Amino acid sequence: MAVTGYERVLHVEEQGYSTEHARRLEEMWESKPGLRGFLSSVDHKEIGIRYLVTAFGFLIVGGVEALIMRVQLARPNQALLTPEQYDQLFSMHGITMIFLYALPVLSGFSNYLFPLVLGARDMAFPRLNAYSYWIYLASGIFMYASLVMGLAPNDGWFSYVPYALKAYNPGPNLDFYALGMVFYGISTTVGSVNFVVTFLRMRAPGMSINRVPILTWGTLTASVGNLFAVPSVSLAFLMMWTDRQFGTHFFTQDSGGQPLLWQHLFWMFAHPWVYVVVLPAMGLVSDALPFFCRRPLVGYTVVVLATVTTMVLGFGVWLHHMFATGLPFIALSFFSAASFVITIPSAVAVFAWIATIWTGRPVITTAFLFFAGFIAMFVVGGVSGVMTAAVPVDRQLTDTYFVVAHIHYVLIGINLFAVMGALYVWLPKMTGRLLSERLGRWNFWTVLIGFNLGFFPMHILGLMGMPRRVYTYEADLGWGTLNLVTSAGSFLLAIGILLLLVNIAMSLSNGVPAGDNPWDAPTLEWATPSPPPPYNFPVVPMVASRHPLWEERLGETEAGHSELLRGPLLADGKEALATSGLDAQPEAILKMPEDSYAPFVVTLAMSVGFTGLLLHEWWVAGAGGLGVLAGALVWLWPEASLGQKAEREA
Amino acid sequence: MSDTVHLQAPLPTGSVGKLANGWFGMIALVATEGALFAYLLFSYFYFDVQYGRSWLPDPLPAFRLSGPNTAILVVSSLTMVWAERAARRGANGRAALGIALSFVLGLVFVGIQLMEWKDKTFNYASSSYGSLYFLITGFHMAHVVAGLLVLAALLAWTLLGYFDARRHAPVSIGALYWHFVDVVWLCVFFSLYVTPHLR
Repeated sequence: MAVTGYERVLHVEEQGYSTEHARRLEEMWESKPGLRGFLSSVDHKEIGIRYLVTAFGFLIVGGVEALIMRVQLARPNQALLTPEQYDQLFSMHGITMIFLYALPVLSGFSNYLFPLVLGARDMAFPRLNAYSYWIYLASGIFMYASLVMGLAPNDGWFSYVPYALKAYNPGPNLDFYALGMVFYGISTTVGSVNFVVTFLRMRAPGMSINRVPILTWGTLTASVGNLFAVPSVSLAFLMMWTDRQFGTHFFTQDSGGQPLLWQHLFWMFAHPWVYVVVLPAMGLVSDALPFFCRRPLVGYTVVVLATVTTMVLGFGVWLHHMFATGLPFIALSFFSAASFVITIPSAVAVFAWIATIWTGRPVITTAFLFFAGFIAMFVVGGVSGVMTAAVPVDRQLTDTYFVVAHIHYVLIGINLFAVMGALYVWLPKMTGRLLSERLGRWNFWTVLIGFNLGFFPMHILGLMGMPRRVYTYEADLGWGTLNLVTSAGSFLLAIGILLLLVNIAMSLSNGVPAGDNPWDAPTLEWATPSPPPPYNFPVVPMVASRHPLWEERLGETEAGHSELLRGPLLADGKEALATSGLDAQPEAILKMPEDSYAPFVVTLAMSVGFTGLLLHEWWVAGAGGLGVLAGALVWLWPEASLGQKAEREA
Repeated sequence: MSDTVHLQAPLPTGSVGKLANGWFGMIALVATEGALFAYLLFSYFYFDVQYGRSWLPDPLPAFRLSGPNTAILVVSSLTMVWAERAARRGANGRAALGIALSFVLGLVFVGIQLMEWKDKTFNYASSSYGSLYFLITGFHMAHVVAGLLVLAALLAWTLLGYFDARRHAPVSIGALYWHFVDVVWLCVFFSLYVTPHLR
């Protein structure tokens, strides 16, 4: 690649997807075929799809774990599982769904959609993007290796000390989890950095901060939250590991340790995490619901402000997970009040969605049904959340099935329903083929009925006093019928999810071609072919409104007209445009990296390192660390083709 | 076309100082690493508040080594400011000298800190104070070592003539990280060494 000058004027031209220029871009941007491309690709669309597929893989595994537990609990005094097996299953189920499914599935959508909705050619850090995926996969495998050996984490996903310390839990179970979470945190952190910088730097010119699609606001907010929250849990797990392995005294009961510090550090992370795994999903709904209401979202600005406010407040409510730990009354009152306040921004979003449906002309598609179900389930999960925000009620309900019902209404209601709706919307963009609407109806109603049948009775079981995490119960407690209903519902829910997979498989083999814009939607991704070419856009689009494809009919043309096929060419090698953070004025021409093996190799070295730590094989850990350093050095070595080196006379 | 977009001015190409994505990436990294140290110091004060004076070691952490060491780290930041300014002017020789000075001062800091560790009457397993003291200073030490590796790479790249007045983003980005390591030390120093004497 010839070295270009230090600066140049953008060359603006009209170009389409089937021109010579587009063919050259395709050649520059496409990944190599086969295994080489698989291991080295940095294409955000490829990575996004991998995230989605992997997250769904974990969803299925976590779901099977849940079904086994539901068989065990369907009748009193069952002996399908031993208590130890049951402990491992509920722990892995929580870890899988909360960490290995809930965020990564949203990262999949965000990775795929960010550059497309922002009018960019890739993410800000394409190699970091690949790295984030590989680390996610490797840390997931690392944690699951324990289950294969029958040594899985067995103290629940929040692993309270002192149970989780070595004296009470001597096996390597918790070490897999502790090191696995530190490992996984790296993926979340670098992924978050990438989303934040992409949001700030990679928007199409003219896409000022009040014109970006809401899904990017959701992911931006969650990513900033992650940057501040993830260190807490990585630190806590590191401390737990050293307490277990090296005799430190962070959480021990003797030598001045403080078991409660674990709960503080864990929930200072894990409460914000609740918003991290729902805000991007809420963003997907805020963007896609209007497609089917045939009008823009009601209250764009307040929804954005509510999103940010929710995240900020989300850092101030962690203590409501600890109401039963004997903290001072004043602290309980303060955090109870904060937990009530946080319902306000959540309600703002709900009312905005309802108003959008109310004042729109809804088209009842499967996606619309999922979004409507999402709103209804959000309300149920929200109300049970408000109930547990009250200290006296929480004291009664803590550690009962009521809490289990609440977390599932929140996570399935606000995450899975949004994700399934979003798949019906955006999968056709990714594959070029629509999903069946007929099967979609079956999919939706089975999921809705199965989910409510499976989880609503848990509220009642909780009120009846059934504690969570018991592996069985006596017949005379009277919990049998409701547990049977719950188990039946969970199998129905599983069938519903199976229908989705069948629908996807059928769509891939002989679905109806989607065309560029099957929903007649307003945002930039729908101006590209389905699936989009590796370079996304033949020219950098120039944006003049919030709804580039609807602006004529909405009359949103005060600032001029958006130009989608006439703009800067940027074809001197892989290039992208950096724009300013607020008003998206062009600032620099970025040189984008070629495909690279470095992210994969560094991940391998890191996996070796963590395995060494787990086994106390220090030289293995050290070799892994050196590998990481060497890989990072190669990765970061200045390259002329990336415009990182001084230019020399030829 | 949209009349709000300005396309006439020539735009810098490639990785240019504070317009480089790497600069923004480093700010985000500093934010998350800063949060890590905030949680470490939160833990420290959590214990401190619960136990009071009896939790702290006897004698209290002294300034004999830590004081001069703090000054050394601050000076290494100043030499890095000087190096980065030189890099911006394309003065590679002075930039290399500044980076080398920062590197050496950082190395001295590590050496003195190791002596400080050796002098301690407690270790990481003797009490929660010992655990936290070594965790916090250990985390900082790890960041200093990472910073030294960054400085070594920057020194090599500067000497190889990779940078000039327009292309020196790695120097600016590396300098930001080094300053962060310095500022974090001031927070650690204030918390672990100064506050015990203030009660």
